[in-house]
Amino acid sequence: MRLRQGQYSFLPDLSDDDIRVQAQYAIDKGWAVSVEYTDDPHPRNSFWEMWGHPMFDTPDAAALVYEVNECRKAHGAKYIRVLAFDASAGWESIRMSFIVNRPAEEPGFRLVRQEGEGRMIRYTIESYATREPEGARYA
Amino acid sequence: MTTEPAAPQTGPQTAPQTVDLAAAYEASGVREVLKELDDTMIGLAPVKQRIRETASLLLVDQARRQLGLATETPTLHMSFTGNPGTGKTTVALKMADLLHRLGYVRKGHLVTVTRDDLVGQYIGHTAPKTKEVLKKAMGGVLFIDEAYYLYRPENERDYGQEAIEILLQVMENNRDDLVVILAGYADRMDRFFDSNPGFRSRIAHHIEFPDYSNEELLKIADVMLTEQNYTLDPAARTAMADYIAARRGQPHFANARSIRNALDRARLRQANRLFNEAAGPLDGTALSTIAGADILASRVFRGGLDVDRKPAKEAAE
Repeated sequence: MRLRQGQYSFLPDLSDDDIRVQAQYAIDKGWAVSVEYTDDPHPRNSFWEMWGHPMFDTPDAAALVYEVNECRKAHGAKYIRVLAFDASAGWESIRMSFIVNRPAEEPGFRLVRQEGEGRMIRYTIESYATREPEGARYA
Repeated sequence: MTTEPAAPQTGPQTAPQTVDLAAAYEASGVREVLKELDDTMIGLAPVKQRIRETASLLLVDQARRQLGLATETPTLHMSFTGNPGTGKTTVALKMADLLHRLGYVRKGHLVTVTRDDLVGQYIGHTAPKTKEVLKKAMGGVLFIDEAYYLYRPENERDYGQEAIEILLQVMENNRDDLVVILAGYADRMDRFFDSNPGFRSRIAHHIEFPDYSNEELLKIADVMLTEQNYTLDPAARTAMADYIAARRGQPHFANARSIRNALDRARLRQANRLFNEAAGPLDGTALSTIAGADILASRVFRGGLDVDRKPAKEAAE
């Protein structure tokens, strides 16, 4: 199951050139771009690992594409996304977020039903990938 | 009547059959950069010649690209060699502008660094530092001043080697993204290239900056003063010419930079003179004229820097 999170997730995978153009848009707007990766694809997982610092003072998006490719070398079998932060409000708010790398196999999510008091059912989803310990997912 | 089949309709895929170089030259705005270079930089004839050649090479390359004859980006990394104060940084700025106008770099900014900005202080510090600088320079030109300091053969555990390896890798793989210009004194750069053959082969353009002649330095002094709304009176002009001739023979002579420092000190003396002598109101001419005495007071006329360092006994008198 293809993970649909962030922008452009219903489009085919972005090429390096597409990524560059998108990141350049963010940089031209004055937003800081950064690269993050994770192997826990749950939609509520807000703790992706940072790949280096956000790029606050790079005028050209080639730097971001370079870091994306460096991150792919190290974490090519995980999810990698590009973020754009806007600090103009006084705090860092995410303006853009899109996935630029995904594992070859995406096993998708399992729906878990929990029986509560009475006949109440609680629903939750769990990624099949996270059944494996961290680091062993998406081998 | 021709028997040949009709030429294919010009669509987005078909390459044009001819290219107007003169029109491309006008459209790219290279003319302004070259003119600015000619107007603002005094002397440096061989450098200007090389830059003009490089500009035409790039224009022709661009034209070939339009005709579908060239695909590879030419190697644009350069090395500027010359003595201090010969205008290497200024020319690098112009070069960045030129490459930007020709579309070889996307942003055209210049990032000037030295060894300190690239090499870290402890293990594992160098690579992120170098990469950070390289990322900042992407889309523009990275100017590494005194590049030979990167390589310290006397210390085999020096982290400079690590910076060099990353630099070489990015220079090769990200040729479309940034242009690297190495600068430094000619002899030490030669030794640097000899010990790092990878660099020499990755740098296509070696440009040598000659020293300025005395007349050129005098002209440079004039330009510098005009920019600051100062003028030399005739006596000061003669004194300046003598100053340049005398300064050249003394240690730490740095061409245009020495002239700038000399003028800064002359302005200081002029201000001091005006302050001490002025009895009444001063007009604009008095405030902006540097007199002969302001320059003749320089220690260069008394034998150079050594005069200042008198032995302690003498200085105490």
